[in-house]
Amino acid sequence: MDVFNKPKFFANNTKGENAELLAELNSEYRDRRKDAVKRVIANMTVGKDVSGLFPQVVKNMQTEDLEMKKLVYLYLMNYAKSNPDLVILAVNTFVKDTDHVNPLIRALAIRTMGCIRVDKILDHLCEPLRKCLQDDNPYVRKTAALCVAKLWDLDQERAIDNGFVTTLQDLVSDSTPMVVANAVIALAEMQESSVNKDVFVVNVAIMNKMLAALNECNEWGQIAILTSLAEYRPLDSKEAESVCERVIPRLQHANGSVVLSAIRVLMIFLRYIRNDEFTKGLIKKMSPPLVSLLASAPEVQYVSLRNINLILQKRPDILQNDVRVFFCKYNDPPYVKREKLEIIIRLCNDKNVDHILSELKEYASEVDVDFVRRAIRAIGRCAIIIDEASERCVNVLLDLINTKINYVVQEAIIVIKDIFRKYPQRYEAIIPTLCQNLDSLDEPEAKGSLIWIIGEYAERIENADELIENFLETFLEENSQVQLQLLTATVKLFLKKPSQSQEIVHRVLQTATQEIDNPDTRDRAYVYWRLLSTDPQAAKAVVLSEKPPISADSSANKLSPALMDELINNISTLASVYHKPASAFMGNKAFSADAVRKAAVADARDEEQIMGEDTVTLPTAPAASAPKNTMADLLDLDFGSSEPVATPVMSPPTSNSNISGPNYSADLFDMSSDMSPGGGSTVFGGMGGMGGMGGLNIGFQQNQNQNQNQNTATSPSASRNDAFDDLAGFGGFGQPAPAVSQPKPTSSTQSSTVNDLLDLF
Amino acid sequence: MISAFFIYNQKGEVLISRLYRQDLKRSIADIFRIQVISNTDVRSPIITLGSTSFFHVRHENLYIVALTKWNANAALIFEFCYRVITVGRSYFGKFDEEAVKANFVLIYELLDEVLDFGYPQNSEADTLKMYITTESVKSERAVMEDSAKITIQATGATSWRRSDVKYRKNEAFIDVIESVNLLLSAQGNVLRADVAGQIMMRAYLSGTPECKFGLNDKVLLEKDPSNRRKTSNTVEIDDCQFHQCVKLGKFDSDRTISFIPPDGEFELMRYRTSDNINLPFKVHPVVIEIGKSKIEYRILVKANFSSKLYANNVVLNIPTPLNTAGVTCTASSGKAKYVPAENSIVWKIPRFQGQSEFTLTGEANLTAMTHKKAWSRPPISMDFQVLMFTSSGLLVRFLKVFEKNNYQSVKWVRYMTKAGNYQIRF
Repeated sequence: MDVFNKPKFFANNTKGENAELLAELNSEYRDRRKDAVKRVIANMTVGKDVSGLFPQVVKNMQTEDLEMKKLVYLYLMNYAKSNPDLVILAVNTFVKDTDHVNPLIRALAIRTMGCIRVDKILDHLCEPLRKCLQDDNPYVRKTAALCVAKLWDLDQERAIDNGFVTTLQDLVSDSTPMVVANAVIALAEMQESSVNKDVFVVNVAIMNKMLAALNECNEWGQIAILTSLAEYRPLDSKEAESVCERVIPRLQHANGSVVLSAIRVLMIFLRYIRNDEFTKGLIKKMSPPLVSLLASAPEVQYVSLRNINLILQKRPDILQNDVRVFFCKYNDPPYVKREKLEIIIRLCNDKNVDHILSELKEYASEVDVDFVRRAIRAIGRCAIIIDEASERCVNVLLDLINTKINYVVQEAIIVIKDIFRKYPQRYEAIIPTLCQNLDSLDEPEAKGSLIWIIGEYAERIENADELIENFLETFLEENSQVQLQLLTATVKLFLKKPSQSQEIVHRVLQTATQEIDNPDTRDRAYVYWRLLSTDPQAAKAVVLSEKPPISADSSANKLSPALMDELINNISTLASVYHKPASAFMGNKAFSADAVRKAAVADARDEEQIMGEDTVTLPTAPAASAPKNTMADLLDLDFGSSEPVATPVMSPPTSNSNISGPNYSADLFDMSSDMSPGGGSTVFGGMGGMGGMGGLNIGFQQNQNQNQNQNTATSPSASRNDAFDDLAGFGGFGQPAPAVSQPKPTSSTQSSTVNDLLDLF
Repeated sequence: MISAFFIYNQKGEVLISRLYRQDLKRSIADIFRIQVISNTDVRSPIITLGSTSFFHVRHENLYIVALTKWNANAALIFEFCYRVITVGRSYFGKFDEEAVKANFVLIYELLDEVLDFGYPQNSEADTLKMYITTESVKSERAVMEDSAKITIQATGATSWRRSDVKYRKNEAFIDVIESVNLLLSAQGNVLRADVAGQIMMRAYLSGTPECKFGLNDKVLLEKDPSNRRKTSNTVEIDDCQFHQCVKLGKFDSDRTISFIPPDGEFELMRYRTSDNINLPFKVHPVVIEIGKSKIEYRILVKANFSSKLYANNVVLNIPTPLNTAGVTCTASSGKAKYVPAENSIVWKIPRFQGQSEFTLTGEANLTAMTHKKAWSRPPISMDFQVLMFTSSGLLVRFLKVFEKNNYQSVKWVRYMTKAGNYQIRF
């Protein structure tokens, strides 16, 4: 606790203040008592422990002053748990308040009682709750409806035994829209955590009631109803159509989250509609509202863009003519620009490609380095997606190389490497231009790319041996990735021009085998050496073999149909923002802190098993599920905060309590890399390629950056991952595996490393 | 499903903290401070650490933060955060650190009301103001009588309007405000031109008036065969959104906009159009880099609207390179001067008559630079307001008010076009 860590005079000081407050709370004047309660709340806000004042604060509960009452209730909600025995003092007032003439006070009392999670209160909650559920006043009813969910969260049996669930189900047919909405919210939440899943099954009757209330609810109520509507599975196409008809008007709502919730219902129901005409019309109606979402606040835009990305993958025919609205504004926040770029690429076709290219070129001259790199990679993706445009793309890239801006040149070279892989032998004429920029390259990936190009086209480059020689001067200091490239390129050079380069290849292999400690580089050098010395023909067959083709939409980037459907079911939620199933980041379905703790121990034991299952069913996020338990625990730990001395239930499991600073941040960092939107498995694969786990000590921040760089790769290149498998020269070994399966091995080995690391903590 | 709601100041001190769920503790507030506020390079508004997701919005000098442990509706959470800001501004005029600190008790009251168990409830500032008031002491009787009425209304179908509004003179003001967004390429091609329009209404009408509102909307007018020949005067609206008082079902079926307005000012409608846009200003920039030490500017601006109208507060921001040492420029109207802090020449023309044109000529002298990084040439941006002009050509055709007392009402309409993102590349 804070108090113990602080020097003594500080402790004295707080004690002094509390003593002073104590006196004020006992004052005979109402005003002074009220001010004192305000000060208590202020202290509570900044995180000071004022739980010691419990009896004195609660004494002020019985008052006709609504503001005062609210303050005391607020205090109660925060500290009831630390003083479970004293809470009984408050019960009487609560019960009395639920009978008050003023509906606001009735509602306030029932609302607050539900938030006090102490058994003693529960004993007294049921009777008032029953009364309030039948109250004449809709405001009290809607508050009581949510209170049932609060009770359920604590004690499901009590809620069922008292018949509250049935009452709640009746409230769905209430005459007041807001009561309906809250009943729906409460039931939906209870359904999720119920054992038998029979609390709230949306059937035709309930659906019709909800549709009737939909038009009259406020915006949040509409979202609640739309969310529950999405759970309904229509019987036939006709029914699905009629529901859609009723939902479509919501697309015109000013609140973006209502629009997205409506879109979710429409996207789900589209699956059941067999009438092509209707489907077409519906898709046409969905486009303009999606575009309008781009006029909302940047954060809402971000969520919308992530969802549009998803919808586009499912229904590529939507938004076909709207690419211009996704062009970035100069002052868009970086996260919005990033997502717009992704969507521009998705909408790229042979008709608009010229337009897009000139736009991308414009982005490449902006100041945000990360964004510029992404824009350049996007140009590469255009080239790979649209064959006819590749030449124009290459020209744009050449223009960019001519700007001589260091990072632009490097990124352009990386991208050109991918274009070379897609269209071998087509653009050799630009190699000299690339080679002019040798000296400016300092990033491993760019260097590696250029070396690969030199090796691949050694026979056409007159001075290839000189260029390689040039790179070799610093061979020992290079990043291992560059070393591997150099090794392979030298061998390629030797196989293509044996006369010029015998000496070079010999020297390289010798250096690599004798002076380099990195086992990858060393072993590869041995393999080459042995190959070359035993059978040069075989070496040729292996090293110079045909490479598997690359495509812009490779497996790492594409969502599996099953995941796609799950994400469509979750439009507008976090899952749709991350493009990951909810289980990947929600941890164990944490309904309460207590449940988390209980579950954490159990989960830790069968974590292994979970992992195994996850990799089978969800190859896109193999690593995501593993760290969650550890993290959930970490975040629930008490970091010497204001939380009053915990009751026995609250004490964290001892096994975790010794987790200290550094480990903790390492964990966070892992998670963040994992969570970074759009990451997918490429993150880990790429990281392995770039710098192994060296990233662990960089901390959260750089990592985020690095990640972003990696994520850029997500699409031009899942190819990028396999690029390096293959660039490394092993592409030719045995049967070249199809490009699709290549990223996977990398990512899964990486993720298991991560797990191992996490297990250490 | 918001598990907790926090407001921080810029230093990361917690100003407001409210937990709605027991699945996390107040100490979680520190994690946000460490991971986001003390972090200089946060690139996403949503951050998930472990199983907790942090949603944040920045406003003035505040961080508005919502936390969840669920697979929550992300759009809803952000919309809600912005709604909190709107409510705060409506209560305190400004929603910044000072206002939050001065009114923290009231903010707790509001948070208790707008969010219950993590689910947004009523968040209409006008309704909230009826029962969450700054001066809490009221005569007890009044409270009792009122609150019964208030609560019924707050949960009802027209939760945004009191039923007992009375005015001696019934008036309604409509403001059509259009923001023109333009992106012009260096070659003078229009890359993007669209209008984001807003129809603001100030309704001072007694009772429960039922309003009907009509625009020269193409889809609507063409439905009516008698109007078909007048199509030149219509506007094609790409999409529109309405205030929650508008009956969306009715709009969907026959495109009539009918509603019971809230009392006072509100945004009735937002719309978007990209068809046939009249750009109020044309800009022809000629910017020549002469060697490495000088740049010549020649910027011509022409007003493209009727000469009977005027534009106010016209401002052009003309970027200069970072290594600019000094600028000499002359403008044929208004004032132009170099603002080093913004790296641009700011040219202000207070009053700009339609059809007239002005030029600015100037020269920027550059200091020598060691690195060869090229100048990124950010676009010229422009700001202006033109009264009684709409870029899209949108017009209000009628506003009808029906009320059971059948009173006469006076309606006023104003139009204004202003610059949204008006950018010209060169």
